[in-house]
Amino acid sequence: MVLVGSGPGGLQISYSLSRLGVKHAVISADESAGGMFRKWPFFQRLLSWTKPYAPFEQGTREYERYDWNSLLPEEKACRALMCSMMDGTSYYPSRPEMERNLVAFAERTATEVRYGCRWTSTRRDGERWVLETSDGEYRCQVPIFAVGVAEPWRPQIPGIEDVPHYAQTRPAETYAGRRVFIVGKENSGFELATGFLQWAKQIVLASPSPAKLSINTRSLVGVRARYVQPYEDHVLAGGVIVLDASIERIERSGELFRVHTRRAESAAELIFEVDDVIAATGFTSPIQDLVKVGVATVGRNKLPAQTPLWESASVPGVYFGGTIHQASPGLRKHGIPSNSGGVNGHRYNGRILAREVARKHFGIDPERPVVPRAEVVSYLLDEVTNAPELWHQKSYLARVLIRDEKRGVVDDGISPLQRFLDSGPADAVAATLEENPAGDIYPVLYTRRGGVSAEHDLPPHPLHDFRTRDHERAVVEALEGLLL
Amino acid sequence: MRSAPDDISDTLAGLAIFADLSRPELERVAHTLEERYFAQDERVLREGISGSAFFIILEGEAAVNVGGKRVNTLGRGEFFGEISVLLGEAPVADIVAARSLRCLVLPGELLKEFLQTNPRVCYRILVAEARKLSTVTRRSG
Repeated sequence: MVLVGSGPGGLQISYSLSRLGVKHAVISADESAGGMFRKWPFFQRLLSWTKPYAPFEQGTREYERYDWNSLLPEEKACRALMCSMMDGTSYYPSRPEMERNLVAFAERTATEVRYGCRWTSTRRDGERWVLETSDGEYRCQVPIFAVGVAEPWRPQIPGIEDVPHYAQTRPAETYAGRRVFIVGKENSGFELATGFLQWAKQIVLASPSPAKLSINTRSLVGVRARYVQPYEDHVLAGGVIVLDASIERIERSGELFRVHTRRAESAAELIFEVDDVIAATGFTSPIQDLVKVGVATVGRNKLPAQTPLWESASVPGVYFGGTIHQASPGLRKHGIPSNSGGVNGHRYNGRILAREVARKHFGIDPERPVVPRAEVVSYLLDEVTNAPELWHQKSYLARVLIRDEKRGVVDDGISPLQRFLDSGPADAVAATLEENPAGDIYPVLYTRRGGVSAEHDLPPHPLHDFRTRDHERAVVEALEGLLL
Repeated sequence: MRSAPDDISDTLAGLAIFADLSRPELERVAHTLEERYFAQDERVLREGISGSAFFIILEGEAAVNVGGKRVNTLGRGEFFGEISVLLGEAPVADIVAARSLRCLVLPGELLKEFLQTNPRVCYRILVAEARKLSTVTRRSG
């Protein structure tokens, strides 16, 4: 097995594989650990928090709910590493602090990576995959690509090739007194606009559809609160313009740019003459020639389409890790996306992926523990109240208990919900957390009886503590005759 | 740093329900909806499971199964999921990719606003529903 990538995704999967006893090589084009956090975010402070003070002690499993940045080792001494790297000025780490967190994880867990080794191409050789790299060939049965989604991507707009991407933004003070047109209204666009607020003479953000704010989408897919300032400026008519329009073309005019836009509502063209244009148009994944070997891609930025277990949807045996998991959307219940794009989500996916690969390709399958029948109800309610996997990956990951004829009730661990519903065990329950459009968060049990799935929604609770009599009754009712 | 072809707007332009849209309107739709890929035999919509979405098929084929039996096959340009969204109920059918499927997806919660923002798409959907209803009525007569 070969794992490509040394960002948080690759590091977590490699750690988990090692602990399961799966021998593998890790290669990375970078010179050190950290992935995209070696460079970005541009304005140097992350959007993911690690709370120094939380209802649970740092290093416990329950504390992971409040720490979106540490990876997940079993050794107590290596847990919640992000905490010790932060200087206390913010509960969002700085980029260098996050990088140090990941470097420290790699060092302290003795995760071995061959740095400076760039994967360049891929081919099949019978049952094996051959990865060509700058250091020669790597052959394996199972490749895992955790290469990030950090390759600049631009839509096909005439003239946009001549315009710098977010990745090429200059220091903020060089935009002083200038008119800046930002193509794109997602987090990278708003991050730049926020950083330019005290410098630029005028800021325009434009894209075809309206800006979505995270507080409305109730997810990480949406402009995060810290970057909403330019939007508020626009709403209060402070001078920032947030425009819903197609960008038809971008022309150079000496030192200036002319950006031609057209709104969907009217046929009228709006032309902006500006000093700078920045394409904050997002990223794709540097998956080299995987498309040539049959890997299907999806979306405008062509990420690999994946199964619920993060295997290529079109080429079995090719797996992906890290933020690329954002292209394995799961059930998207009520339209709410998973957190697989962020470390807080994909670190759990990575741990599950390692277990799945170990079982499927290497025959390593540790025995699942038994849960005494008398403890099933309280166990499930504890999980939906405190399990970090369920809080970070609502409707996406679930705690699964299986009815075993010989052993009683067996704990199958945390598993993707979609797989449970579509091809799970014949008689089992999956417990997860979900959110409805009204913003209620509530536990859901999915039961499978003879392979047929049913949904049981439990009531919400204002403090999200689901260990009440009502919840107990609801669980008993759902599981009667199945696990109880 | 090469541009990738932004072909979703072009694909949309070829579908009946978007036939009346201008280029900026097509781009707005392409920007609003998400593309999803389903491998053959992967389930897309699950009977009895809440919180689903509206799907428009770009490529491939979807099998509509009720009670384990295939009752219909849908292809490019056709759509599904709108009934359960509009009625606020869980789907009454399973929809499975008959062969690999590419769809545009809109979460159920956003369908009403989408239809109101794009009345010409709404009209085309209404015509398609009328055609389905007419077929059912004729068959039962």
